[in-house]
Amino acid sequence: MPFRQHPDDGRHPGSAFDRKTRYMVVAGIFRAAGRRVDSTHAIDAIRTESGSGRLTDLWETPHNLLARLATVDHKALGIRYIVTACVFLALGGLEAAVMRLQLARPEAHLLSPETYNQLFTMHGTTMMFLFAQPVLSGFSFYLTPLLIGARELAFPRLNTFSYYVFLLAGIFLYASFFVGQMPDGGWFNYTPLTEARFDPGYNIDFYAVGLLFLGISTVVGSVNLIVTIFKLRAPGMSIDRMPVMLWSSMTMSWSVIFAMPALTVALVFLELDRRWGFAFFGIARGGSPMLWQHLFWVFGHPWVYIVFLPATGMLSMIIPTFSRRPLVGHTFVVLATVATGLLGFGVWVHHMFATGLPQVSVGFFSAASMTVSIPSAVQIIAWITTMWHGRVKLTTSMLFAIGFIVQFVIGGISGVMTAVVPFDWQATDNYFVVAHLHYVLAGGTLFAVFSALYYWFPKMTGRLMDERIGKASFWVMFVGFNVAFFPMHILGLLGMPRRVYTYAPGLGLDVSNMLSTIGALVFALGTVITLYNVVQGNLAGDIAGPNPWGGSTLEWAAASPPEPYDFARMPVVHSRDPLWDNGVEAGPAYDEARLTPRTSPLDAELEAAIELPDQNVWTLVISVALLGFFTGVLMRVAWLMVVAGVITLISMACWMWPAQHRVLHTEV
Amino acid sequence: MAARAYPINEEQRLPAPVTPRREVGWWAMALVCATEAAFFAYLLMSYFYLAAASSRWPPIGVENPRLRLPIVMTVLLVTSSGALYWGERGIARGRQGRLRIAIIVTCLLGAAFVTLQAIEYRRELQQMVPGAHAYASIFYTTTAFHGAHVTFGLLLLLFTLARAFLGHFDERAHLGVKVTSLYWHFVDVVWLFIFTCLYLSPRWW
Repeated sequence: MPFRQHPDDGRHPGSAFDRKTRYMVVAGIFRAAGRRVDSTHAIDAIRTESGSGRLTDLWETPHNLLARLATVDHKALGIRYIVTACVFLALGGLEAAVMRLQLARPEAHLLSPETYNQLFTMHGTTMMFLFAQPVLSGFSFYLTPLLIGARELAFPRLNTFSYYVFLLAGIFLYASFFVGQMPDGGWFNYTPLTEARFDPGYNIDFYAVGLLFLGISTVVGSVNLIVTIFKLRAPGMSIDRMPVMLWSSMTMSWSVIFAMPALTVALVFLELDRRWGFAFFGIARGGSPMLWQHLFWVFGHPWVYIVFLPATGMLSMIIPTFSRRPLVGHTFVVLATVATGLLGFGVWVHHMFATGLPQVSVGFFSAASMTVSIPSAVQIIAWITTMWHGRVKLTTSMLFAIGFIVQFVIGGISGVMTAVVPFDWQATDNYFVVAHLHYVLAGGTLFAVFSALYYWFPKMTGRLMDERIGKASFWVMFVGFNVAFFPMHILGLLGMPRRVYTYAPGLGLDVSNMLSTIGALVFALGTVITLYNVVQGNLAGDIAGPNPWGGSTLEWAAASPPEPYDFARMPVVHSRDPLWDNGVEAGPAYDEARLTPRTSPLDAELEAAIELPDQNVWTLVISVALLGFFTGVLMRVAWLMVVAGVITLISMACWMWPAQHRVLHTEV
Repeated sequence: MAARAYPINEEQRLPAPVTPRREVGWWAMALVCATEAAFFAYLLMSYFYLAAASSRWPPIGVENPRLRLPIVMTVLLVTSSGALYWGERGIARGRQGRLRIAIIVTCLLGAAFVTLQAIEYRRELQQMVPGAHAYASIFYTTTAFHGAHVTFGLLLLLFTLARAFLGHFDERAHLGVKVTSLYWHFVDVVWLFIFTCLYLSPRWW
């Protein structure tokens, strides 16, 4: 382990260490002295261009409305992603709040059963598809180029396209609200309940077609991230020097590549069955309703990790910064991340234990599901050890990170419990499962997103949020969350089924339900406090400076907010925590065109500088044309499908003409 | 673990030889093929899942799919891949004409494939409609999605052909050709799997 000096203080962070570490630190001092490198000047040179303003001219989005709309700037798009996802979070949260009000008292009549069905379906669909994945992708799109020392994602226009498809698909799904036919089959939408015979309205069609549309955005976004992380890392950022967040967003993206098609196939089958008379899921004509469940969960379980792994990656960035030392067990955390992603494909049947599958197969998937706890535990132990051996600063961001760990451990334990088949038979479709999944996804992912928001807000806006308000927000949220969701474990054990709009009095469910509703409202209040903090910080927060937290990774070498070109001179990296051990040098400026270095996938050796495209109106045309196409599919209007399809193809041709990035330099 | 030395602080030099490494565009198409491969894998898994769940496959009253046309179609597609590969090798040596001829031949073979598929559909549809039973549904869905991919491949080839006639490609820079041919070869390989599973496998049990 090389010597790592923190800019805030002269003391090396491992001072309480054993003899071996001290030896390594001394060796590090000699190495650092021998190299005679000081990155301070390099970082200054990297941050902002001096004089000419050429890079700004090249990279700044022009000041007109169309260019603003079609911008390819990953920073603007990343923020749009995050803001849009948070709007959907608010909608999903509102739906949850209304449901909790309905459930506060037994036999309440606030909602009809039909409305309740639509609300819990849209709540789940919104949170899983329109909030969790997009917000994490938003952070990845914003941060990836900054973390790897590049100026853009590998396919900037694809990023614009992917954002607009996400936005329009979200609007498409919520259009169902205005015709009063929101999806009502639950977020996993089991057949035969969702066949046209039992659910003849447009409800399920909005779900099926909307998610097909959204899938395009998710897949192209993942392609973009994988290629960017493989090919655009700064020279010297070999694969063992990649920050953990890149590993987690890459694992997420690979999971999307292989999991998303299963959902696509399932949705295509469903829509063909419902509207075109096909026979995939109906028993009468040789189909099988179980086919839906298999296809959905082959997609669905990897998806659960898709909305969870990037959150752990962000935590592995935040915890070391506020513990003032490098992450303990970096390699093991990376391996655990990848292992979790792989295992995610081998556990889908644990959602189907109660469907009467053969005992052998159930036993296999039970064992596989318990195996997942091993890599998760590796990550948690690495974070705890990092804090244990560091000097923890309890900022708001760090509080949210610790809240994540606490709640994720509770959710993990209830997860291992439900992996045990006999217990699962008791817990299936009752509130125990609701408690489990909210501890992992709300207590986990959502807290990690808040932690990340507090951590990277200064980078995105150049201003700090108020720490006092932030901490208040955390405590309100933490208490509210646990009051809302812990009683659900007990409700489940008492046998209260999920997805039922009310319950009878006198079953021992009244107090816990009331408590849970109160907790949910407190939780909501906590998020509103942070919303206020975001607005207030954006308008009048203290100026942050480039590295307010003393972080170690390259995004903190850029200005806050970063310049349009991200880096004035291309960074060259010599270590895993380049800002802590003088591991960064200033490379060439690459200011002849919109250039960024392309490097080899493993060793990050410079191959060439590639030119990246700027904004293009076809990205907008094609997104709208696709909206037209999927509206045609929904309404079964043939001419609309044909016209929109032809426009889509023509826009694709225009977009790709000419298809190449010119290769301008090569210096190896 | 010292980083390799780069001439980073020297004057920037322009231009320099193209490296033989893969361009980012090639990587993106490879990933698109990976996700499409998964898509077809799930279709074929559904096929076998439905087969395993039914007592007789294909169901009573439906014959095994006939092989004569699909074999011709297979030969057409494999030949087209060969032709395109020949053209790609040609442009790697700067031979514009060879690339253009190769793409035209590939397009003709691909169009012949789609035409034969339409003829096959007309015959099969007399025997069974897609909604008749699960077998018909999965058969038509899988082959139709593949047909749509071939059709999209043809459009991509025509796009590349237009660029080839405008002289966009030379021996150093022909990413457009590489990407198109990667997609085309991929669609051909998918056909081999579909042919094996949908046309041959029912004869094995």
